[in-house]
Amino acid sequence: MPLDPSFVGHTYPPTEPYRVGHEKIREFVEAIGADDPAYLDQQAARKLGFPDVVAPPTFAIVLTNSGVRMLVEDPDLGLDFSRVVHGDQRFQHNRPIHAGDVLTCRSTIEQITSRAGNDFVTARTEVTDEDGEVVVTGWSKLVVRGE
Amino acid sequence: MDFPERRFRITRADLVRYAGASGDFNPIHWSDRFAAQVGLPGVIAHGLLTMALVGRAVTEWAGHPASMVDYHVRFTRPIVVPDTDQGAELVVTAVLRNMTENGDAVLDLTATCDGEKVLAQARATVRLA
Repeated sequence: MPLDPSFVGHTYPPTEPYRVGHEKIREFVEAIGADDPAYLDQQAARKLGFPDVVAPPTFAIVLTNSGVRMLVEDPDLGLDFSRVVHGDQRFQHNRPIHAGDVLTCRSTIEQITSRAGNDFVTARTEVTDEDGEVVVTGWSKLVVRGE
Repeated sequence: MDFPERRFRITRADLVRYAGASGDFNPIHWSDRFAAQVGLPGVIAHGLLTMALVGRAVTEWAGHPASMVDYHVRFTRPIVVPDTDQGAELVVTAVLRNMTENGDAVLDLTATCDGEKVLAQARATVRLA
């Protein structure tokens, strides 16, 4: 059954605050084989003007996924996760995420379309810090393959 | 603009490590049995791992860890990662598309595996120091 387009504009409640740790950044950095000292060493990050080690740009997925999960698990929207594939991803950074950030995600359904038996859902997720400033905005387009 | 071609090897061990680091434990990224059940030719790499490696190519080219201010990709073809020492190989190139009014470089990115494009509309906006 096609997704209900009246969900466009629906915003989900914010996720629980997530505290970004040095070791989580290190684990992510090692998993992608990166080695920039500003990801791993506080002094190197401070030399570049950051308060603490920064995260690589796609680290934001660790945050935005928790926001996207709100709509994937929404029984009223009724996404069949077994048929979902990730279509597009975009991250727009106002500043890098750094260790010590306490971040909250809020997802909004931005677009629902149907084409050739498949549904396409775009979720916009705003990642905000403790001051309420938007750090990163992520857009995830999910494709729900037709049966 | 000179953007040297970058090559990244992706093995099953990399997928396991990325699953743990990112929290994406979808079995299509580690179980041959599950991948076959959902009609895939084999275990495939996380799209976000591909995106991260292409992102590395861009930030390392720019020489600054937080230079990529806007980054978009479309996942068009999965990277099948065989259970071998060699795994799969991702090849990344980029060309300058334009400069923005405030001096950011907009790059068009190309990512291939076995000669086939795995991303479309892949674009990064890079703030040059």
